[in-house]
Amino acid sequence: MDIPQDNRTVDVTADVAQERELAQLIVTTLKLKIEPSDVDPEAPLYKEGLGLDSIDILEISLTISKVYGFKLSSDDENNLVIFRSLRSLNRHIQTHRVK
Amino acid sequence: MQWTYEWLEKTVRSLVSRTLSRQTSSEASFPGEYQSDQSEIFPLLRHEGMESILAYRKGKPITVAQFLGEVSVVASTLPTRKYVLNLCSDRYRFTVVLAAALLRRQITLLPPNDTPELLKFLSAQYSDLYCLRDASDPVSPFIPSVPYPDDAVETRDFMEIPYFPVQQVAAIVFTSGSTGRPLPQVKTWGSIVRSARVAGIRLGVFSHPGATLLGTVPSQHMYGLESTVLLALQHGLTLYSGRLFYPKDIVTALSVVPKPRVLVSTPVHIRALLDDETELPPVDLAICATAPLSPHLAAAAESRLGAPLYEIYGCTEVGQMATRRTVKTEEWSCFDGISLRQDKKGTWAQIVHTGGDVLLNDVIELRDPGHFLLHGRTGDLVNIAGKRTSLAHLNYHLNSIEGVRDGIFVMPDESGQATVRLMAFVVAPALTQETIMDSLRKRIDPVFLPRPLCLVESLPRNATGKLSHDAVNHLLTEFAER
Repeated sequence: MDIPQDNRTVDVTADVAQERELAQLIVTTLKLKIEPSDVDPEAPLYKEGLGLDSIDILEISLTISKVYGFKLSSDDENNLVIFRSLRSLNRHIQTHRVK
Repeated sequence: MQWTYEWLEKTVRSLVSRTLSRQTSSEASFPGEYQSDQSEIFPLLRHEGMESILAYRKGKPITVAQFLGEVSVVASTLPTRKYVLNLCSDRYRFTVVLAAALLRRQITLLPPNDTPELLKFLSAQYSDLYCLRDASDPVSPFIPSVPYPDDAVETRDFMEIPYFPVQQVAAIVFTSGSTGRPLPQVKTWGSIVRSARVAGIRLGVFSHPGATLLGTVPSQHMYGLESTVLLALQHGLTLYSGRLFYPKDIVTALSVVPKPRVLVSTPVHIRALLDDETELPPVDLAICATAPLSPHLAAAAESRLGAPLYEIYGCTEVGQMATRRTVKTEEWSCFDGISLRQDKKGTWAQIVHTGGDVLLNDVIELRDPGHFLLHGRTGDLVNIAGKRTSLAHLNYHLNSIEGVRDGIFVMPDESGQATVRLMAFVVAPALTQETIMDSLRKRIDPVFLPRPLCLVESLPRNATGKLSHDAVNHLLTEFAER
């Protein structure tokens, strides 16, 4: 049986740059006293890790809508998955961005 | 004892037939008569008929008959325990469980958060507690958890509207005490129903018959319970089952639900909605609570929503107490049945129908017993996003962490900021910021987590061990200059 091959190449450099840009947006939006480079891309954003709460998530959603041109909604497949980490949020943004 | 449909029906039928005549007279006398007869009963809901729409869930209307059918099935599946932690995030399901619990004479606990520490406290204090939620994972290892019975909807209709005695304890809500022990506030069915009815009259919901209430606040919050669930039940209105969070959620819900529509929200959500540029389907009425709204924001919201916006003032101990239409006046008007008085200790709210007297935690300028201005909270009180606690309570938890030698939470100057955040200064030579934050997270609600938490060598306490206001300001200035 043929095993399907995943031939997509992942541009790691682009991912890192986008993640850094997103970390900068989060730090600026929430006026966090940390450097964007301090945000661990794999650490949870919500509660543990960066320790954001629902008010922060609402603030970030407004920034995302202004910068990336699309709006988050609670109907999105799974908001907890989207906000699991900087990396997962960035993937969601890159898939849905219109700007 | 196994609960069966027949048993329930029989009980409710007998209760209804025994008291229908009395109900007619007590119903007719409301509002205005607060010296209530303790044998009175109030119905679960006051919709026109069994085919009235009680809720919109996932795009579909749910009638009163369907709702009552689901309530009876859920009631028959509840474990035989005294207390239920109703964590259903779906507002319709929350309401079904609330009603089912009332039928089973179970008391709904409404804690201010679900931190592990608080859940452990609840399980210790209320040993006969279980949790019911619409998610599959258990909420705490200490509390038995039951999932919402998904098949409850497939049932024959339960055609009687249940009535419950006014003295029946419906819920216990909690406020945070200064020692870290949450303080229970008992809510009887009579008190929450009377409150919902008076509020509905004040808000003029009768001008919007059959309106749908769309809420951005969870049903478990006192304001959410009163203004999205009980307001709907007691005024024949429709509740929207989804909890709205993002501006897009609100816009989507408003565009699928027919008029009339009432938006029940908070300053945080309203500000986010105003920042969003999508065109909004008009609403008929907007209600806002949890923190004061500036007249400027209220005016912007009225113009954007195309509806009058009323703010509600209340607290967990009393519930909703007063309203104001912020664009017209800064003065709050108390509900019928609530009157304020002041003495050396502060401002007291008197609840006429229960004779209750509650000391309020806000600085109030009283114009007469029914009208007042609000000048913020008293020194120690913290209110962030509708969640209230005291600095004493937070300091207690901070200083209970092993390795913390001294620590203090500080509320920075909040002027001009949309959302206030607390800071903390901590002396803990052996600990890192992360470990302290991890410990705090287990103990306090995330909205109160310090942002940032600063480790310092010592706190500038004076000879008597106190931290003066100036010393705290000095710490803040030093931090800002770093």
